[in-house]
Amino acid sequence: MADRVTIILHSGDMDKVYSALIIGNGALAMGMEASIYCTFWGLQRLQKGGLEKGPLSKMHMLGLGKWMIRQRMKKANVASLERLLADFKDLGGKIIACEMTMEIMGISKQDLREDLIDQYGAVGTYVQEARDSAITLFI
Amino acid sequence: MPEIRVDASQAGCDLTEVRVDVCGETCPVPLVETRKAIRQAAPGDVIVVVGTHPASRVEIPMAVKALGLQLLSVEGTDTNWTIRIQK
Repeated sequence: MADRVTIILHSGDMDKVYSALIIGNGALAMGMEASIYCTFWGLQRLQKGGLEKGPLSKMHMLGLGKWMIRQRMKKANVASLERLLADFKDLGGKIIACEMTMEIMGISKQDLREDLIDQYGAVGTYVQEARDSAITLFI
Repeated sequence: MPEIRVDASQAGCDLTEVRVDVCGETCPVPLVETRKAIRQAAPGDVIVVVGTHPASRVEIPMAVKALGLQLLSVEGTDTNWTIRIQK
């Protein structure tokens, strides 16, 4: 069993993207490998300029909830999604983009931040990555 | 911005002390910056992490153990701690 955490990021909600990146970074910091497979709404976060666009998963309140959480995060000095993503890559984390989602949603490689994406694949890629991972998560 | 300072003032000795300042930073930054410093350090270096995040005072030693490195000391309070790690 590989000492790896594989996360499917299916959701594009801001709080869920935070969870995925914090867990990914935490695992890397503890000496594990980490992969995040971005599919459906998660893949939209990889679009150019799209990282921070997700709503809050609950209590979004037309943007007011998101704004309030952001204020609290700023007060607690929580790192930005951009920074967490950069750290994730810096520590050797892998980002995989779902090709099926790209096809369904009409997203081309040029629409995405190609410099961040290590691999493009379909479900087989995810399964191979996840089958012997010590921790697998669906976010 | 976490600061990494290198002190090679010990003449004739290769030992370097790498300082990581994560005061005011919250999860997961203390863990991440510690990991980065450990990667950059050479074997034998001592990494000194200074921070204020309570959970990290417990979790950084966990990471050190998981990485198979030596924890030299954990000093200070929950909200003002210094952790020394030997690579």
